[in-house]
Amino acid sequence: MVTAYNNALAPEKPTPESNLPIVAVKEVRKSFGVHRVLNGVSLNVARGETLAVLGRSGTGKSVLLRLIIGLETPDSGSVCIDGQDIAGLPIDRMSEIRKQMGFLFQHAALYDSLTVAENVAFPLEHHRKDLSRSERADRVQHLLAEVGMEGDLRKMPSDISGGMQKRVGLARALALQPEILLLDEPTAGLDPISSGEIDDLILKLQQEHQMASIVVTHDLHSAKTISSHLALLDQGNVVIEGGFEDLQRSDITFVMDFLKQA
Amino acid sequence: MTAPVSTSVAMNPAMSGEPQTTVPHAPGFITGPVNNFFDWFGSLGIFFWQVLKAGVTPPYEWRELVRQLDEVGSKSFPLIALAGSAIGVVISLEARYSLSRFGAKSMFPATLVYSVVQVMGPIVTGLIVSGRVGAGIGAELASMKVTEQIDAIEASAINPYRLLAATRILACILMMPLLTLGADAFGLLTGWFAQTLVEPLSFHQFIESGFHGATFNAFLPPTFKTAVYGLIIGLIACFQGMRTRGGAEGVGRAATNSVVLGSLFVILADVVLVKFILVVFP
Repeated sequence: MVTAYNNALAPEKPTPESNLPIVAVKEVRKSFGVHRVLNGVSLNVARGETLAVLGRSGTGKSVLLRLIIGLETPDSGSVCIDGQDIAGLPIDRMSEIRKQMGFLFQHAALYDSLTVAENVAFPLEHHRKDLSRSERADRVQHLLAEVGMEGDLRKMPSDISGGMQKRVGLARALALQPEILLLDEPTAGLDPISSGEIDDLILKLQQEHQMASIVVTHDLHSAKTISSHLALLDQGNVVIEGGFEDLQRSDITFVMDFLKQA
Repeated sequence: MTAPVSTSVAMNPAMSGEPQTTVPHAPGFITGPVNNFFDWFGSLGIFFWQVLKAGVTPPYEWRELVRQLDEVGSKSFPLIALAGSAIGVVISLEARYSLSRFGAKSMFPATLVYSVVQVMGPIVTGLIVSGRVGAGIGAELASMKVTEQIDAIEASAINPYRLLAATRILACILMMPLLTLGADAFGLLTGWFAQTLVEPLSFHQFIESGFHGATFNAFLPPTFKTAVYGLIIGLIACFQGMRTRGGAEGVGRAATNSVVLGSLFVILADVVLVKFILVVFP
């Protein structure tokens, strides 16, 4: 069942130190050819916070996530992770920063030649060589149990449903115990029950792991459920940022239209 | 009263009647392909540099390398053995007929050995591997690219150039000479066998006569030049795969381009390498 976000489930009140944004996007512009996707976007996310980025298709929401994890580089502006501007970082330093982040892709992007368990073990095998084989197996088992997939370890990604693939993608994103979780359309293409389950799962994981999360979604209901604040993008700009009540109170035409349609 | 002359008109030689100096532009149908040609080579060079940098710095992906050695080497071997056997038989039949016409039948073993080891073995191995392995790598990486699996690897703080490209290219470089030796062995064996069916000749006599007076220079450079073919096949297939755009069509295009360009560059490299070997190892 879908659980509405409430204070009882909210992360503990952050300390002054943790109030510093762990993700700071400043005046970021990004174009592909002549098409400008982001036009001076600025956003901050502190530790333990969850920001939902909403907007119409093609407004650069996914591009924003790809910029944050360094899969794209901004034309101008900066993306700072834990105070470090990631532009032009050497690949080794960038890898260290990426280890702090988990990314759930829109279509899960599971490695199709590996089993469910091998997919989740993949980051551990590369970055946690200090763990023994059995410790890694235990960790994989634990992660898959967290997302309710402990019975499907040996299945191939092609043998499981879209919702199950997202769960496995989420387990893989959590494998290195990231401080920042980036979720690209976690409920897109899922039926309402599966969407609700994914939302509940994300919420539960956020409480347990105390991560900063950025969730890109079309789904206003999902955004309300899992986020502590929202940002609405239109034509490459943040139209409004704040709580859901702030969006409801807004007299900006686009915001009112978006809420009405959503 | 004189009408004011606008600055734009005064500054424009065409409108002010002064002689024009125009820069001729090449037509688009010429500049487009030329730009694409240089863009492709430039991108390939940058890709090679990135793979080289990733490949020589730790951590090394030993497990993936072993998997690729098996994929490129062991799994290509049956095909290479079959192709080597076929060229052995064909050269045997052709050589026996041609040599008989000139009364030089005694030259048969040496003709077969030199034809297979110096010419046909390396190039046929190159083309077979380009077809089988090049298409496989191109399609696999292209499919990973369009389904964001390569992005997922990068997002997991793993260098895809090191994990995917360097291992595959190195596997191609290492396995090509071994596969060539396999093709040569099967070619010689079946060539001798085809000959003995017509005119009995002991294998010992065939080998002794075929390799009589041969030096390492005659056989090692042609065999080891195939490492360069391996570099070409692996590099082009990885490059085409990892730069793919579009869905299924893009994957198909990457696989086709990997084979076509890989085979073409293997043949071109053969031209250069044959000349190089003749000059350096006379």
